[in-house]
Amino acid sequence: MKDFRTRLEEERPYLVRYARLQLRDAAAAEDAVQEALLAALAGESGFGGRSNLRTWLTGILKHKIVDAVRRAAREAPLGGEEGDEAFEALFDERGHWREFPSEWTDPDASLSQKQFFAALEQCLERLPSKTARVFLLREHMGFDTDEICKELGITSTHCWVLLYRARMALRECLDMNWFGKK
Amino acid sequence: MLNCRETTRLVSQGLDRRLGFAERVAVRVHLAICKGCARFARQARFLRKAVRELGSS
Repeated sequence: MKDFRTRLEEERPYLVRYARLQLRDAAAAEDAVQEALLAALAGESGFGGRSNLRTWLTGILKHKIVDAVRRAAREAPLGGEEGDEAFEALFDERGHWREFPSEWTDPDASLSQKQFFAALEQCLERLPSKTARVFLLREHMGFDTDEICKELGITSTHCWVLLYRARMALRECLDMNWFGKK
Repeated sequence: MLNCRETTRLVSQGLDRRLGFAERVAVRVHLAICKGCARFARQARFLRKAVRELGSS
C-alpha cells in the first residue's frame, strides 16, 4: 500500500486545476493547494479512509480557497468590471430577445459526461476573473450573496450584476461549445 | 409589463435573493408567454446544478 504522502501528491495536479479555476492566479492556487496538503498530512487521522481521498482533500481545499479569496479581497477590493455591452446586443431597443436562446435537449444527460464538465470549465475560464470568482463562490461553494458581498466588500446590487453576467455568458458559451454541437 | 432584459435579470436575481411578491408575479406572467425567457430560466437553474457538481467526479 502506498504511503499517505504519496497518495496526497498524486492528487496535487487535480487540486491545482480545481484551485486555479476559482482563484485565477497560478501562485495563489499553488499556495492554497500546498496549505491544504499540509493540513491533510497533519490531519491524516481525520481521513481514516472513510471517504474518497479526493473528496476529502477537495473539502479541505475549499476552505483554503475561501481564505485566499478573502485575503485577495482585503489587498485589492473588487472594483467594477467591464459593462453589460456584450449582452446588450442580445436584446433589441425594446429589451426583447433579438433571437431566442436555443432549447437544450436533455441537459441532465450531460451531467454524466466527463467532456461536458471539460466544456463547462473552459467556459468558466473565459469569464472575467472577478465574475468567475463571485459566481463560483455562489454556485459551487453555495455561499449566500450577502456573505459574498461582505467578504469581498461589494454591494448586493453589484453582486447580482456579476452573477447575471456570469449566467448569461455561460449560457451562451455552453450553447456554442456543447449543446449546439451535439 | 416586463421586457426580456428585465425578466432575465429578475430570473437571475431570483436564484440569489427572495423576490418580492410583485416581482414574482411579473416574472411568472412574462415566463408564461415568452419561450426565450422560459428557456433562460431553465438553463440558469441547470447551470446551478452543473456547477455544483463540478470537481466531484
